[in-house]
Amino acid sequence: MKSKKVANFRISLVMILIILSLFSIHIGIEEFSLIGLFNNEEKQVDLFLLSRFPRLLSVIITGVSLSIAGLIMQTISANKFVSPTTAGTLDWARLGILLSFFIVGAATSFIRVIFSFGIAMLGTGIFMIILTKTKFRNSAIVPLIGLMLGNVVTSITTFIAYRFDLIQNMSSWLMGSFTLVTKGNYELLYLGIPFMILAIIYASKFTIASMGQEISTGLGLNHKLIMIIGLIIVAIITAIVVVTVGTIPFVGLIVPNIVSLYRGDNVKSTIIETGLIGAILLLIGDIISRVLIFPYQISISVVMSVMGSLIFLFIMFRKKSRVQ
Amino acid sequence: MTKIFKTNLSKIVTLIAVSIILTVLFLFIGVKESNIGFFLPRRVTKLVAFLLISFTTAYSATSFQTITNNNILTPSVMGLDSLYLFIQTVIVFFFGSKTLTMMTGTSNYFISIGIMILSSLGLFSLLFKKKGRTVYFLLLTGMIFGSFFSGLSTFMQVLLDPNEFTLLQGKMFASFSSINSSLLLISIIIVVVISLALIGDFRKLDVLSLGKDQAINLGINYKKIVLKNLIIIAIFTSVSTALVGPVAFLSIIITSLSRHLFQTYKHGVRVVGAALISFVFLIVAVLLVERIFNFSTTPSVIINLIGGIYFIYLILKEGKK
Repeated sequence: MKSKKVANFRISLVMILIILSLFSIHIGIEEFSLIGLFNNEEKQVDLFLLSRFPRLLSVIITGVSLSIAGLIMQTISANKFVSPTTAGTLDWARLGILLSFFIVGAATSFIRVIFSFGIAMLGTGIFMIILTKTKFRNSAIVPLIGLMLGNVVTSITTFIAYRFDLIQNMSSWLMGSFTLVTKGNYELLYLGIPFMILAIIYASKFTIASMGQEISTGLGLNHKLIMIIGLIIVAIITAIVVVTVGTIPFVGLIVPNIVSLYRGDNVKSTIIETGLIGAILLLIGDIISRVLIFPYQISISVVMSVMGSLIFLFIMFRKKSRVQ
Repeated sequence: MTKIFKTNLSKIVTLIAVSIILTVLFLFIGVKESNIGFFLPRRVTKLVAFLLISFTTAYSATSFQTITNNNILTPSVMGLDSLYLFIQTVIVFFFGSKTLTMMTGTSNYFISIGIMILSSLGLFSLLFKKKGRTVYFLLLTGMIFGSFFSGLSTFMQVLLDPNEFTLLQGKMFASFSSINSSLLLISIIIVVVISLALIGDFRKLDVLSLGKDQAINLGINYKKIVLKNLIIIAIFTSVSTALVGPVAFLSIIITSLSRHLFQTYKHGVRVVGAALISFVFLIVAVLLVERIFNFSTTPSVIINLIGGIYFIYLILKEGKK
């Protein structure tokens, strides 16, 4: 019975996603109709394949990526406030991109991903080591320190960029945006998919790791290895998203929290829903960003920081028993 | 006890001496008989502003760290900076940049400070409305509100006319070069009046640094002193933000340097020490920018960079404990 309920829930999430997707591909200056697409009208097919479909797909993949990254981070750190935004992972990833400009010059996206992955991994790793070594008495202090650390990293990035006239170049990855996504420049996002599958495979191990080093070692788990695998998945997914579409705040923070309100903390049973809700949320954000000042568009980061902070405040005040 | 007192006294005297030397240096570098009338009044205004900012930053950061019982947090996490930028953006957005330039005088100042104080009061009332909520909960709420406001500001800035945006941009970065002297006078009056109200508070803060439970046990009215100090912090942060714009990382450096230098729990000593360190730091930063970097960077960039690196060092040290 229970599994049937879960299946129904997942099916309804998929339905919502499909409806939103259909809506999403119709937004834009150029008229688009599905009938034209099925009748194989050349103009409609081109529009679909070159612009509307890549945009839709990149939004969905980004939404899934960021929310799964957030879920893994919250699980292995056993703290509901940790996410790529609040641990500074996004800021480290940007510093990595800046460094790639210096060391390689005109680097390809793939090389940028590698640099940004390396630095993000390093920075997030340091943060996680601090977290595990110091016992903070309050769970709300962790994101505060992480956010401040992130600000520091960003100010270093800005300083370097300012000195070498890269500010304008940098603003393109300071702000997340799907406006420039067309066929040929978003495919890098696919690279994250194998890592998300890896996350699903390791899901139950992450849950065990969240019980702490002693318990998980007692249950026969290589705690350190699982932590490192988790960090690698998070860092690489974040790096790919930052390089392809830019920084998008709050998705990784709020989506796992929404899911855990209703479904608890067993990663194996929540990871699918987390991904689906992440995609739905980001798609709603993307639709808002395209409709609000039509025919112009607002950056998705702006929409998400307004939407996300409101949702997060709502969650914080609802589950006050957890956060004190 | 007296030995510590003596060494602390001598440290403060040394700091005062350094400040005086730097003050003289700052006032008279490049001054000739022909330009003394132009340079001197401007530099004196700047120095007074530095003194004021040093004191407000030192007091708010030190008492903030005592209230939160944490050595690496600063009032900037409450998101007041973003609220300030949001207010400036709203003024330009709805009334146009003409209003902003006309309002550079007192009305903008009072509106900004008023709104910032009111919203921090609203935020603080959340803390005391329900039992069991800690200061960290409040800070996290403030921070999230901060990102909400900066998101909204960015959205409005996107819609602005580029010319109007340039005017707004001038308000977005801390500016040490153009300090409005009439605003400075009002700020001094506000700060002095408030300071009179907190003379007796240093000892209560000393007790509070033992922790919440001990302080209550020793007869401190915890709620009252925390609320009072949070309000003062809000006012001080608003005053200095409205005067020179946001300088976030200055407070981290000065409070922890002062804590290391003066090994004491006494807030009176630590606040004065932090204020002096901050004063020295500000003058050095401005001198560096004006004389060595030839204005190729701004004092706030230098302060944020040094403060930021110092912050990372503090966190790593915290991690090793």
